[in-house]
Amino acid sequence: MSLSKPVIGVLALQGCVDRHGPHIEAAGGVFKTVKTAAQFDEVDAFILPGGESTTMLKLIDNFGLWKSLERNFRAKPVWGICAGSILLAEKVENPAQKSFGILPITVQRNGYGRQLDSYKTEIEGCEVSFIRAPVFTDIAANVEVLAKNETGPVWIRHGRNMASAFHPELSFDTPSPMHRLFIESLRA
Amino acid sequence: MSRNTGKTITIKTGLAEMLKGGVIMDVVTADQAKVAEDAGAVAVMALERVPSDIRAAGGVARMSPPELVQEIMNSVSIPVMAKCRIGHFAEAQILEAIGVDFIDESEVLTPADEDYHINKQNFKVPFVCGATCLAEALRRIGEGAALIRTKGEPGTGNIVEAVRHLREINQDIKRVCHLEDDELMTEAKDLGAPFELLRIVKEEGRLPVPNFAAGGVATPADAALCMQLGAETVFVGSGIFKSDDPAAFARAIVKATAHYDDPKMVLEASKGLGSAMTGIEIADIEDNMRMANRGW
Repeated sequence: MSLSKPVIGVLALQGCVDRHGPHIEAAGGVFKTVKTAAQFDEVDAFILPGGESTTMLKLIDNFGLWKSLERNFRAKPVWGICAGSILLAEKVENPAQKSFGILPITVQRNGYGRQLDSYKTEIEGCEVSFIRAPVFTDIAANVEVLAKNETGPVWIRHGRNMASAFHPELSFDTPSPMHRLFIESLRA
Repeated sequence: MSRNTGKTITIKTGLAEMLKGGVIMDVVTADQAKVAEDAGAVAVMALERVPSDIRAAGGVARMSPPELVQEIMNSVSIPVMAKCRIGHFAEAQILEAIGVDFIDESEVLTPADEDYHINKQNFKVPFVCGATCLAEALRRIGEGAALIRTKGEPGTGNIVEAVRHLREINQDIKRVCHLEDDELMTEAKDLGAPFELLRIVKEEGRLPVPNFAAGGVATPADAALCMQLGAETVFVGSGIFKSDDPAAFARAIVKATAHYDDPKMVLEASKGLGSAMTGIEIADIEDNMRMANRGW
């Protein structure tokens, strides 16, 4: 895939959507919010943003979007952030829930605890937040670990797909290294 | 990696960012919390009574019993919020000790302090506070609130006050954006708002924290109206569990909020719902029962 200005569709059913705009634009992509099957077909890659994974699942089901998203995720690169990484995982724990199974990883929801256990740190010079974050408890051998902490991997890549347990989009320094990497891989 | 787990505002507003584009529902039992979660609520507000029952019961409304809040926290995986009285920092300390995800310092409960709101910077748990205008919102943010919601008039099923507060905040922000830098301190003095926060509003053209709607939302159309007026999420109090069919109303309001800018989807969400909660005309409420007048 080689795109000079890839269009990044941020799934906008619920969650932290708009904060991706400045990062995507600064990394040379086009920011587009997507909510319908017709819009999914118009973008080059997806970001599944942070938010509440249970809520997003219900909305995807209730609005009849599952099949169209599944088809798109198998055809185009996708980056799942926090709740988004839960939706992309092969297996979800605490509690078990349905997922797209795009990434060969097991994710434990709220692996750190509740909001009082949320925290901020730096990864590759970028200020990132772990907000009621999941833990990647198991990853397949062919998954590339881009960053980790004491719980294990927190930023991974598998083929053209990516997942992060944390939120780089809340940083005001644009683009974040994560947005840069995701978008550069589309332009390469 | 060094880790900042302290009382940092970006961690607090971070959770508010994750709740955007959703519906936060008042619930009084674990069963209701599950109905809310199943319908696609982004969070629930654990309460002993919904606002319309608080209004009907009269007397002093306080923080909910800790056991009730804990039971609700154990029954769902989405974030759980709980209310404390305005100025009642000891209730807030208890809620933080329970481990709730957000505290609402709320005018729905009987105020504990008529002069001082809680110094929310002292807490690690994020706070949401009600506001009727920009100055009030900035005072609460100055005290450490990570999220602002309109006050509306809770428990009425009447959206008019929430609309008034949303429009008021929007108009105030537009006016501030057009001020010269030289005029800003006088504006801060006149409004009674912190200067530094007013400067951020002028630069960014928006509140420094997310801005949600609350108070009187009873139908999918009410939710769509608030979202189109700039609210980033809606709180629904009595509107769901005081309607004919709570599960259907909950799903419908979630759908209308996600697709607030698509009238066809809001139309679909509005069909086949039965009756919304019975509403109350604001003029019929005595001044001392106007919750929006509590706090300053």
